Amino acid sequence: MYSQPENSGISKGGRPLSHAEDTGSRRDFLYVATATTGAVAVGAAVWPLVDQMNPSADVQALSSIEIDIDGIEPGTQITKKWRGKPVFIRRRTAEEIAESRNTPLADLPDQTSQNDNKFETDASDENRTLDEAGEWLVMIGVCTHLGCIPIGDGAGDFGGWFCPCHGSHYDAAGRIRKGPAPLNLLVPTSEFLSDTVIKLG
Amino acid sequence: MGGIPHDHYEPKSGFEKWLHKRLPIVGLAYDTLMIPTPKNLNWMWIWGIVLAFTLVLQIITGIVLAMHYTPNVNMAFQSVEHIMRDVNYGWLLRYLHMNGASLFFIAVYLHIFRGLYYGSYKAPREVTWIIGMLIYLAMMATGFLGYVLPWGQMSFWGATVITGLFGAVPGVGESIQAWLLGGPAVDNATLNRFFSLHYLLPFVIVALVALHIWAFHTTGNSNPSGVEVRRGSKAEAEKDTLPFWPYFVIKDLYALVVVLIVFAAVVGFMPNYLGHPDNYKMADPLVTPAHIVPEWYYLPFYAILRAFTAEVWVVQFASLITGGIVDAKFFGVVAMFGSIFVMALVPWLDTSRVRSGRYRPAFRFFFWLLAFDFMFLMWLGAMPAEEPYASLALLGSAYWFGYFLVILPLLGLFERPQATPETIEADFDSHYPPKSAE
Repeated sequence: MYSQPENSGISKGGRPLSHAEDTGSRRDFLYVATATTGAVAVGAAVWPLVDQMNPSADVQALSSIEIDIDGIEPGTQITKKWRGKPVFIRRRTAEEIAESRNTPLADLPDQTSQNDNKFETDASDENRTLDEAGEWLVMIGVCTHLGCIPIGDGAGDFGGWFCPCHGSHYDAAGRIRKGPAPLNLLVPTSEFLSDTVIKLG
Repeated sequence: MGGIPHDHYEPKSGFEKWLHKRLPIVGLAYDTLMIPTPKNLNWMWIWGIVLAFTLVLQIITGIVLAMHYTPNVNMAFQSVEHIMRDVNYGWLLRYLHMNGASLFFIAVYLHIFRGLYYGSYKAPREVTWIIGMLIYLAMMATGFLGYVLPWGQMSFWGATVITGLFGAVPGVGESIQAWLLGGPAVDNATLNRFFSLHYLLPFVIVALVALHIWAFHTTGNSNPSGVEVRRGSKAEAEKDTLPFWPYFVIKDLYALVVVLIVFAAVVGFMPNYLGHPDNYKMADPLVTPAHIVPEWYYLPFYAILRAFTAEVWVVQFASLITGGIVDAKFFGVVAMFGSIFVMALVPWLDTSRVRSGRYRPAFRFFFWLLAFDFMFLMWLGAMPAEEPYASLALLGSAYWFGYFLVILPLLGLFERPQATPETIEADFDSHYPPKSAE
């Protein structure tokens, strides 16, 4: 606390004590202390009002999910909702793998893998799939142009996905090949928990 | 604004002059903030600021809660639990809103009883008083509608009982009740419209508060002495008043801080003290809780509602002369609304020429009896509907009406009031003798 000098900061003659002249008056101190306390209180009161709009605990609890992939045959795919968006999980055929691996990198408009599991890698097919063999392709099913959901199962000119909104064509590795979309379909953070369970997030 | 002479806003810079000619909003804010205020206002004059703050608090926390709440019978209860458990600071926002309603009513009752004691309602402030009563009614409606939203047992059965009051109106009552509920009983349609109206009414209250403030800024504040500010000249008025800013703003803020410390303690340490455990059970249309009570702030009027049973002679008399149209149920409803209506009429029922209760000894006795009666009825409202509470509630109700309809009109004729101070300055100086010249 602000310690009281002998009497009250003001000498008996009404003349301020010398130290008050050096450091500002007691009144200045009280103004600053009050304003500071007020600012802290207002900040503490406003923060809950702001933070309540952030994702709530139940939403955060769904930030990672586990998906059973048992029974998905080569050449088929499933779509799961994760963090409010569709996630495509495709088990590719040998032909799709071969074709994707043989595509020269120079043909790709987006040269990066866009894979959250492999940061800053090139867009070669090996960097897109979840397993070494290249059988499992996990991608967020949202067109990187304006957010529509592409049609799958070999659609489009490159045997992968085709977005009906503005005509973006993705190949069998989900890489953009033709149309307005700027990026390859994004690969989310994902891993195998076992041979038949994939964890997203 | 107002009849008290004081300095008005003078636009200085070019922009201020430009704006002032087109929209004198800065002048309005200046005159509102600098209004000459009687310098003898005591601590009972702080509740207006507390109320204004609470209204803003309720609106802000309410808007935020509405972002997470779902007005559907299948999801309302769960969405409130979602707010309590999942939403960031949801527990705090809901407890603030819940207990904010109680703070609102504590403050409004102190505000109203201050007005009753110091005769604030008397000419020329009748319109301020009437608008205040309308605000109070809107508050009660808003509080009731809000209490239904969590869709607990008390919500549901409270809504059933209160809308049942409208069903008591002879002839058309059942149609009115069905219209209010949107069906034969409280259900999804009821919850949806209650949510809509609960969101609407606070903004109606904001508008009424603006009128309330406009009205008393026109007449000037009342004050504990009941003596009017002298208005002969600016110099004369300045002897009786101080500008609202900074003197009363700082005083009111200090009081607000003290009130909020208590409020924060309640919200933090005993947030459910004023609530009912039954409301943490989801609404069940097939089971009524054993002991159903409204929120504490309705209890005095709830006691008046229940007091008039079929055995009471006034009820039997009313039934007789109306050929049975007015039964006990309807009589109770009329008595409850009437108890607020007679309070709204008090500017014309009080015949005394002396404004402040401070100079009316006999009045003071009856006033404090009324204050006691109010607390007594509040206690009775929470008791079960059986003897001896029923008879006591009748006694309490009788005094409530007697005070407004008999005692106040007669008191003005028979009472000998004490001498009032000549001026506010004199009143102030008698409390705080001016120091010798410095």
